[in-house]
Amino acid sequence: MKTLYLAIMVIGTAILSGCVSPPPAYDYSEFRLADPKSVVVLPPINNSQEVVAGYSVMSQVAAPISESGFYTFPIAIVNETFKNNGLTVANDVHAVPYQKLYEIFGADTALYMTIENYGTSYVIVSSDTVVTVSAKLVDLRSGAVLWQNAATASSAETRGNSGGGLIGMLVEAAVNQIIETVVDRGFDIAAIANARLLNAESYNGLLYGPRSPKYGQPVVSEKQK
Amino acid sequence: MKQIQRLLLLLTTAATLSACVTAPKPLYYHGEQAEAVYSYLKADDLSISEQILLMEQTMQNASSTGLPLAPGFHAHLGMLYFESGNTSGGIEQFEVEKSLFPESSKYLDYLLAQLQGSDAK
Repeated sequence: MKTLYLAIMVIGTAILSGCVSPPPAYDYSEFRLADPKSVVVLPPINNSQEVVAGYSVMSQVAAPISESGFYTFPIAIVNETFKNNGLTVANDVHAVPYQKLYEIFGADTALYMTIENYGTSYVIVSSDTVVTVSAKLVDLRSGAVLWQNAATASSAETRGNSGGGLIGMLVEAAVNQIIETVVDRGFDIAAIANARLLNAESYNGLLYGPRSPKYGQPVVSEKQK
Repeated sequence: MKQIQRLLLLLTTAATLSACVTAPKPLYYHGEQAEAVYSYLKADDLSISEQILLMEQTMQNASSTGLPLAPGFHAHLGMLYFESGNTSGGIEQFEVEKSLFPESSKYLDYLLAQLQGSDAK
């Protein structure tokens, strides 16, 4: 009888933990071997209806990459370089041979992003703002894909969460009035989606780069293996 | 025995609590860098001089936090200075970016060479 009870307990636990188990851990072996120092972010391909989505996601992407310990090339200047060379559409930029990118920027890697959702247009039941992004990190010295991931963030998660975090950071400024005219809801949510996607502290995010004090240490999903 | 139990309980509680509050210390001060980049890319709501103000304000706030400015900050401010006609300020900021982050040297040198090339014409 006791055995039966134990069996039920064990199975129950297994089922419950199965429900919450995270997606498979990313295999970082190639990433670790390539050991990149810097990232150039390409303009994201925008599959959403929102025209500003590309700009918004792009400008929020540097912080999580830099905080993970990599050098992030200046986002807007890189975008200008592409424009000045006649590449005004993200799809065209993504088609540039990696060797050419390496030649111009001298970056170890490039981040190719795609925006799947941005804004509220497709949400029927609520007015939540949702941002979904996917990305892959390509080694510009070899063309190899070192890492890829996707993430979503929604305004529904942040409701009632005052102060702290990225949203809190937006409010601190002495130049609040200027900011009010610049930021929009999607811009805030893009910051959360990008941090979830890329930050080395996030599950299946980037590795720690050479500028991080945790450089070389295992990341979250590697520890759980 | 009771004492050991109590110690264990204390340790577990301490571990749990500290796990809750240790947010990793940021490497950089980001301030309004993302907002400045966003408004530059959108190019419709802030003038270049307003964007410079936003960046200079961020630079001031950074010094009070003791954290360094993030990658790309000085390069972006430099570009804004160039666009506003302040060439020496632009060159200075590019040089700061290069010395803080040598990873950027090749690209920024390429841009500086282009700028000088267009001046000579």
